[in-house]
Order: sequence, then structure tokens, then C-alpha cells
Amino acid sequence: MDTNRVQLNIIGAGCASCVGKIEKALKSVPGVDSAEMNFAERIVDVSGSATPEQLITAVEAAGYNATQLQAEASFDAMDEKEQADLDYYHSLLRHTFIALSVGIPLMIYGLFIGEMTVSTTAEQLAWGLVGLVTLSIMVLSGRHFYVGAWKSFVHHNANMDTLIALGTGTAWLYSMLVVAFPTLLPEMARHVYFEATAMIIGLINLGLALEVKARGKTSEAIKRLIGLQAKTARVIRDGKELDIDIAQVLQGDKVRVRPGEKIPVDGVVIEGSTSVDESMLTGEPIPVEKHIDSEVVTGTLNKSGAIVFTATHVGKDTALARIIAMVKRAQNSKPPIGRLADVIASYFVPAIMIIAIVSAMVWFNFGPEPSMVFAIVSATTVLIIACPCALGLATPMSVMVGVGKAAESGVLIRNGEALQTASKISVMVLDKTGTITQGSPQVTDVVVTQASSMDEQGVLALAAGIERHSEHPLAEAIVESATRREIELEDVEAFTAISGRGVQAQLNGQSLLFGNQALMQDYEVDIQAYQAKAQLLAAEAKTPMYLARDNELIAIIAVADPIKPDSAEAIARLKHNGIKVVMLTGDNQATAAAVAAKVGIETFFAEVMPQDKAGKVAELQKEGEIVGMTGDGINDAPALALANVGFAIGTGTDVAIESADITLMRGSLHGLADAIAVSKATLRNIKQNLFGAFIYNAAGIPIAAGILYPMFGVLLSPVIAGAAMAFSSLTVVSNANRLRLFKAKAH
Amino acid sequence: MLFINLICLALIGFIVWWFWLYSPEAAVSQEGIEIVVKDGVYTPSRIKIAAGKATTLTFLRQDKSACSATLQLPALSISEELALDKPTVIKIPATTPGEYAFHCQMQMYKGVLVVE
Repeated sequence: MDTNRVQLNIIGAGCASCVGKIEKALKSVPGVDSAEMNFAERIVDVSGSATPEQLITAVEAAGYNATQLQAEASFDAMDEKEQADLDYYHSLLRHTFIALSVGIPLMIYGLFIGEMTVSTTAEQLAWGLVGLVTLSIMVLSGRHFYVGAWKSFVHHNANMDTLIALGTGTAWLYSMLVVAFPTLLPEMARHVYFEATAMIIGLINLGLALEVKARGKTSEAIKRLIGLQAKTARVIRDGKELDIDIAQVLQGDKVRVRPGEKIPVDGVVIEGSTSVDESMLTGEPIPVEKHIDSEVVTGTLNKSGAIVFTATHVGKDTALARIIAMVKRAQNSKPPIGRLADVIASYFVPAIMIIAIVSAMVWFNFGPEPSMVFAIVSATTVLIIACPCALGLATPMSVMVGVGKAAESGVLIRNGEALQTASKISVMVLDKTGTITQGSPQVTDVVVTQASSMDEQGVLALAAGIERHSEHPLAEAIVESATRREIELEDVEAFTAISGRGVQAQLNGQSLLFGNQALMQDYEVDIQAYQAKAQLLAAEAKTPMYLARDNELIAIIAVADPIKPDSAEAIARLKHNGIKVVMLTGDNQATAAAVAAKVGIETFFAEVMPQDKAGKVAELQKEGEIVGMTGDGINDAPALALANVGFAIGTGTDVAIESADITLMRGSLHGLADAIAVSKATLRNIKQNLFGAFIYNAAGIPIAAGILYPMFGVLLSPVIAGAAMAFSSLTVVSNANRLRLFKAKAH
Repeated sequence: MLFINLICLALIGFIVWWFWLYSPEAAVSQEGIEIVVKDGVYTPSRIKIAAGKATTLTFLRQDKSACSATLQLPALSISEELALDKPTVIKIPATTPGEYAFHCQMQMYKGVLVVE
């Protein structure tokens, strides 16, 4: 039978002694190989062939409750959430329909047909009946408001439900008072407001329904990431191939992937070769070649060949799962800009209740007749129009969309704070090697002299034959270049390294020299004829190396760390956004100058030791700059940590995503420009939302209280307030959704 | 006239006392309990945990409203999605003594973690 791994979440385990009891109960289930409980997390790990249901029954028999822990980022969890949202949406629409089917006819009657006043006994009876119908609406469509309001109240808490319940409740109670005892009130005050109660309940339910729909869209990016996950994997166990659920794939399993299939888990190729489309994770459009020993990543698409790989990370440890977890976390975190709104939101509801009472008192004491009616209407309107939700939603909705948008272009933002700071960066410090350049030196030019009587291949075979004995970093580039061109290396003898100069060796009795200009001068090799060529290479940020045979120059081989093809363009985008770009490198002045000139950087610091990079960042910060630092995340860790925002630039998906504030999944600096463009757009969106929410409440509440009445004779109807409130939070969510249309490249 | 004004003032006083000044109920120890998220409140809403020890809280969300779905504990940088009708276990790192507020995205749901 198959071996499964099931995780159960235990409820009701209060003491450490329960651990033994639960483990024992689980181990007694037939088919269970092991059961280990983590008491702190209340999670028990069970492996064996028993079904989750059997395990849960066993735990329950031992006197506890258990539920199966779902793998993070699973399809099912997302489907369930969507289904729940859909159910909720439909129930809200039902509530809306019921409430409006009573509210709208009543409102039409009040506006066009008759007076909603009570003076005769017949009117008393008729309106009493309407009052009861309204009460049934309150129970059918608005019960959740009243229950929520009451429960919060008991807990010394107040929320949106409180405001709606109080507003609609006040209107209904006053109307019933008019119906029951009309003579208690002056004739002008005998007006009923049942239509307001029904309309408000209907409109707010409608607003909530539309908000649920709009909110669903804000999580599209995460849904897309989760959708990358394959559902099944074809594993080879005991020589047999079987298709199993990805949750069952174990570390070390051999997994076969055919052309056109998704990579189901992370692993290392052991058979075959192929090209893999990783654009869904990195944003890098060109497929990546995979051979034996290459790493493959969950969710990427196998294009051309069939491969077998060993699973190295499964379940929630895969790069994709970690990315999803990080994006989710970041989407739910708040940038500092939202804090004021949070503080206000926490005092908001009781403050609104007080404002409503004060407003009623002012109308009651100083207002025109019927003062009682004005007092009740203004209090109701204040309660209804106030919208803490718009304030509370302003920031998180935009962050949700912005972080998701960034993830779509291969930019992982750690949290809201990083997002906010990134939008304010004034100086961007770029490390040269691996950031602006590709980080792997390559042979760029082979110049064969007339004296050599050899071709490029022959020269490389010789040079690589010498250099394979060397430990110099550039030597590796030459050997690799020869191997890549499938050149057979020459077998040289008597290899000696000459420190700071190059190397010396012998082949078939001929003496060979390979190294820099100083080495040639030491051995009096004439390089005069090719001096100009060498200088030209140096000016292009390449390092020329001379190869001499029997003290005669036979070739110049230039090695360089090539600049990424789109670095210059991306740096221009940064500068266009008003950001000063600074380059740091440990390389010599000439190479640094050449690279800087090529990519359009004016300010650079050459020969900076790795440990001094952080110091440079600190210097810039002292000048009042907000510094972004971009590096490979390993050598530049201290500088990345010190910078206001640290960007780790990855090559492909092989990134330490936990190491920086913002991780760029692809090697291109366009990711950096994208990250800044997205952060700026998100912050702009948050500010619009916050401004809108503040203005809405700051203007709406006084108007509802009747501040315009003394001058213009205008008093807001509670129904209008209900509509305004219902759509204010919808506006915030919709504005955040606008961010989804944002195109980073245009900025 | 005066009577109604007095009632209003009393109401304001009551609101201030009930929502802002009232000293909260005793905290419930976290051991083995499940915090139910329903109808706008966390039950229980004051949870006591031991200082300096990592632990977990189990939330059971029974409210479909979107607001209740996110649990935030800003002081500890916790922000988690709560599953509907299923327990969600939230890891709490070792913490220094104090009171830490947790709430939903819009601060409609509110609770306090008392670390002793």
C-alpha cells in the first residue's frame, strides 16, 4: 500500500501529557507507521497507509478533536474559499431583494402618492401593518446586523453592524412610537420612516454583495500563482511509473515529466535534457535550458524534452509554495501610511454614536419645529452615513493588488513597509558584478596574430590547456569557453604560475607564456603591433590576455563579464523616474569606468572592498538620501540590510527569497524598474483611497448632522446616506482594482 | 425637554464608559481553546499566553463576511487568512510581556493577547 503523510490539527490538547496519549491512539490504528506530535503547534504528523478519517476517529476516541491540515496553497482551499464567497454573495443579494421589494414601493408612495403621516385610526392601523412588515424585513434581511451589533456590544466593542443596527433601529422605533401614540407628538412630527429602514438594509446588503465580488478580483494574482501547481505527478517507484497526487510525492522520489507538462515539485534533473519556460515565476520570457544536474522548479512548464528528476523539495517547501506564502503574507501586511487610518478606525464607531447624539441634541434644543423629527432624522443619518470600512479598506486593498501585480512580473515584495519605502527611493546603488553584468566572465574576443599560423580553435585549445591548471578566476572562463566549443584541450607540461603576471608552460618542447602585459614585458615579447588593439579591448571593459609561443605573440584573448543586454535600458527607466543611479564595484577603475559609460551611469565607485559597500550606503544615507541597494544577496548582504530597501537580484528561480526586502526573480534590471514603478503606483492608489475615505467621512458626517441646513435648508435623507455608505467602500475596492490594469513597462 | 437632554448626556457618558473606559473581562488562558470568529466578535477575545515561549492560537471562523477572513496582530507582524468553518492555527513567536491587540482588517473584530 502507498505510504501517506497526513498532518492533523489537534483541538483540545491542553497539556503536554496529552501528546503521549494522542500519539499512542494514532499508532494503534492499523497501517500507521509513525505519529509524532508537535505540542507547541498542536500538529501531529502521521505516516502510513491509514486514511485521514480513520486517524481523526482515533483521536476523537481518545477524547480530543482533530481536523486534517490542508497543504498550504492547495487548489481545494482556494476553491472552497471561492465557493464560500459565492454563497455569501448570493445570500446578500437575496437579502437585498427582499428588503428593496418593500423599501422601494414605500419610498415611491412617500415621494409621489401620499403623506407618510399618522393622524386617523385607519392610518394608525395601516402604518402599524407596514411597521410589522418592515420588522420582518429587519429579521429576514438584516438579522446579521442586529446579531453582530448585540454581540459586539456585550463584548464592549462596536463596529459597522452597530451603526447600521442603531440607525435602522432608531428609525423603526420612532416610527412605531408615532403609530402607537400619535397624540404624544406634535402634529408635524407624526411622520413614519419605515421606508428608510427597509431601503438602508437593502442598500447596505447590496453594497456588501458588490464588495465581495470586487474583493475576489484583488486576489487574482495569488490565484494565478496557485494555479501553476500541477495536480498530479508521475513518479517512478520500484521501477514502476504511477500517477499520484502531488501531496503524496516524497522527497527523493524520481519524477518523470513529459513535454508540455508542468514541473510538479522542485528537483534536480538526472535524466534527459529539455528547455523549461520559467516566465510565470521570473517574468523572463526566454526558456531556460535544463541538463543533468540542472534544478527544475515547481510550476514551470517543460517545453521540448522528456526528463526524469529527483524531487528535492515537496509540499510547502517548494520554491513556488514559499513564493505563494510570501506574497500572501505581504498582501496582508500594512505599510506605515495606513497606520493613522487604523488608529482612527479603532475609535471611530463610539465617536460616531456620540456625534449622532450631540447632533440630535442640537436639533432638539435649537432646531425648527418639528424639532423632535429633525433630531431623529439627523441622528439616524449620521449613524448610517459614517463608514469606518472605507477607512479600514483603503490601504489593505491596494497593497493586496499592488503586491500581486509585482509578483506577476517576478518581483517579490516582503511587506507593506518595503513597498512604501521603495516608492520613495532617491538613490539606487547597483553592484556591478552579477547585477549590471551577468556575473560570469566569458571569452569575448580571440585575436590571432599573423605569426601564429593557427586558427581561433587552436589558440583556445592551447590557452585552455594551460589555464586548466590555473586557479585564477579568469582561467575558468577560458577553459569553459573551449569546452563549450567542444575543443580538445592541449596537454601542456611544466606548468608554473607567475604571481600577478600569468603562467608559463611547455608543449612539444616549445615554451608558452600566457598572461598580462607585464608578463610579456618580463620576457621581452614584442606586443607593439597589437598594443592598439589591446587598448581598444580594455576600453570596452574587457581584460586582454596575451599568449606567446617561444617569445612570439600568437594571440590576444579578451575576457569580460558581459553587461546584461537590457541593463542600459532599465537604468534609463530608473533615471527617468528621478532616481540617481550609483554603481559600486570591486573592479579596477578602467573597467568600472567602461561599464558605467556603457550603461549610462555617471557616478561610480571602483575598487570598493565587499566590506566597504555598506559604508558607501551609509554615506549616501547621511546625505539625506533614501537608498535602495541592489546586489546578488549573498556578497552584498550587509549593504542590502543597511539600505532603506534591499533588492536581491536572482538568476532564474534560484533565489534566497527570504534574504531581502524585495527579491527580483529574474536577472534583468527591468525587474528593479518594475518594482519601483509598481510601488509608486500602489502608494498613489493608497493615497487616493485614504483621501477619498477621509473626505467622505469628514464631509458626509457634518452634512448628515445638518450643517448645511441653516444656510441652504438642506438635510440629507437617511436613504441617501444608506446608499452613500454602501457605495463608499465599494468605491475603495474598485479603485484598488484599477491597479490591476497598471503596466509597469510604460514607466 | 430637560429630561430628554439629560437622557442624551447620560447616553454619551454610557458610551464613553462602556466602549472606552470599561476595564475588560479577565483573560482566558490559551491552553487548548479555540477562538470562535462569529457575528463581529472573537470569543474569547482576551487570551492569556506565557511570555518568552512560542505557542499557537487556534481560530475557528464561522462568519462568511470578508472582513473576518484576515487576522492581524501588527505588533508581531502576523497577518493570516482564516479558513471558513475550519480551524486555522496561528503560530505566535516567543514574546515579551504586554498586551497585544489583534483584529480584522477593518478593526471591526477586536481581541487582545495578554502576554504574562
